[in-house]
Amino acid sequence: MSLATPSTARALPPATWGRVRQSRRVADRAMKIIATGFTLLAISVLFWILGMLVVKGLGGLSAATFTETMPGPGSEGGGLANAIVGSLVLTFLGIAVATPIGVLAGTYLAEYGKGSKLADLIRFINDILLSAPSILIGLFVYVILVEPLGGYSGWAGGVALGIIAIPVIVRTTEDMLRLVPGPLREAGSALGAPPSVVITSITWRAAKSGMVTGILLALARIAGETAPLIFTALNNSFWFSPTLLGGVSNLPVTIYQFASAPYENWQQLAWAGSLIITVSILVLSLIARRIVRGGK
Amino acid sequence: MTAVTDPMSLPAAGAQRKTPKGTFDIVFRNASLLSALFVLVLLAGIMLSMIIGGWPAFREMGLGFITSSVWDTQNDQYGAWPAIVGTLSTAFLALLIGVPLSLGIAVFLTQLAPPWFKRPVSTAIELLAAVPSIIYGMWGLFVFVPLFAAYVQQPVSRIVEGMPIVGTILYAASPSGLGILSAGIILAFMIIPFIASIVRDMLDQIPSVLRESAYGIGATTWEVVRHVLVPQAGVSIIGAIMLGLGRALGETMAVTFVVGNANRLSASIMDPGSTIASRIANEFNEAIGLQLNALIALGCILFFVTFVVLVIARILVARVKSF
Repeated sequence: MSLATPSTARALPPATWGRVRQSRRVADRAMKIIATGFTLLAISVLFWILGMLVVKGLGGLSAATFTETMPGPGSEGGGLANAIVGSLVLTFLGIAVATPIGVLAGTYLAEYGKGSKLADLIRFINDILLSAPSILIGLFVYVILVEPLGGYSGWAGGVALGIIAIPVIVRTTEDMLRLVPGPLREAGSALGAPPSVVITSITWRAAKSGMVTGILLALARIAGETAPLIFTALNNSFWFSPTLLGGVSNLPVTIYQFASAPYENWQQLAWAGSLIITVSILVLSLIARRIVRGGK
Repeated sequence: MTAVTDPMSLPAAGAQRKTPKGTFDIVFRNASLLSALFVLVLLAGIMLSMIIGGWPAFREMGLGFITSSVWDTQNDQYGAWPAIVGTLSTAFLALLIGVPLSLGIAVFLTQLAPPWFKRPVSTAIELLAAVPSIIYGMWGLFVFVPLFAAYVQQPVSRIVEGMPIVGTILYAASPSGLGILSAGIILAFMIIPFIASIVRDMLDQIPSVLRESAYGIGATTWEVVRHVLVPQAGVSIIGAIMLGLGRALGETMAVTFVVGNANRLSASIMDPGSTIASRIANEFNEAIGLQLNALIALGCILFFVTFVVLVIARILVARVKSF
């Protein structure tokens, strides 16, 4: 730690001391006000968005929103029941695809691949996928699943959401497994347990809450994704087929299509849908954060 | 001889005794390895599918696909130039607005906020990242755009009209509120949480001895930030900014709502334009034949641009995280 001190001395030329006290104080005060103001601005945008959703969304929210299907053009009333159920199906399909792959890949990076070049490469690529534009993943699934199979389907939508969720789960799983102290593993190995048993019944168990957090974060990430669904599950004004072939109704694409529609009940439903989806995602994120904090 | 082989063969004998466990061990190990390799397959698959899907458009238009400004679905002529310029200019404006805001927030969180205040503010900033893109689009279109048209575009257009250069860049021919600058501002708020939280973590990692010794010789908070913290965080701040740039380049729904979706290229940032992502989202479901290939080719360009940006970002961010 004391090694770092010389760089401080280099960074602060003492020659400017004393003479410019007034301007130094003004610069300091200005920086503090600007930084505080910027923070207030960002927070007020968050509350502005939430306030807008509550004000406009509550007006469109009623029991019918959860029981009736989407209204046709020009017809009265209607709800979002099919879109809500469709969104739940697609999101859980995505998580079902992503969880085994993500957890196993994260386990490889943290346990088996420690220090290997291959693990470094995979970790690097995973970080890139983590921030890759979701629209590209939608196009990718369109090219490999929708076009060859000849139509939009819920399966393609679930796969697209799963691909977006995988890097999130890989990253949190690896981070959480790394927090498990080595002596726990050594104790397991000393009892004669093979690596797979040490990992599944000791390391995973110790990191359980952290790994659940990763899955919750992935859930929050994909629940509001719109762009990839436009190319894969599209939408459906009616109840979708139980085989999930053909368009599957979902909230994000419905919001996209209803928001600027000329019918007032469509716009109201778009606001109600936005409120439902945002509140669910924010609650999920807050729960995930709470678990992480409790685990520490 | 036996003394040497005995201890070596002991674990093997132990493994043989529990054959089912041994099999599970191998299966589990290989399943993990395959899952990890799947991450590589995904990236390669995305790259290949973009190249193959967009190939007919690249072959048909040649280099003109990138340089041409014509997007004519009737005559099957496609040029990506306006969308490329729109993508780069919205992302650039987002950085111009978002980076100072993010740095200010990171400084506030690490240096100025009292401890009890730091956590709720951090949470609020991070929740900005959890709000879905389409909700930013709704807010942008229905709340921000009308205000922006009335209180920024119209007065500014009135002032700059007829001025050289500024009159071109800032003049809105039809002050609807939609346009490149509106998209840039919305994008700025979307990338703030990513840049701010990485920079905050970077600043938190810097040993407090450094700060304390700077304060000890009489430095003000601003001087500590400017001369001690920023040089220490160094390239990782640039990495965080690049990460934000990667986000801004590929953002789709929010931009589609507010950018105006005009196919032509305008010299003014107040005028409607389009980005690669917004054009794909807008036209994809009605596209057939070569138009479909042209849209995937647009995706291919977006892929390579964001890939390069994200690779640089990760290298720069990783360099400091390891210390």
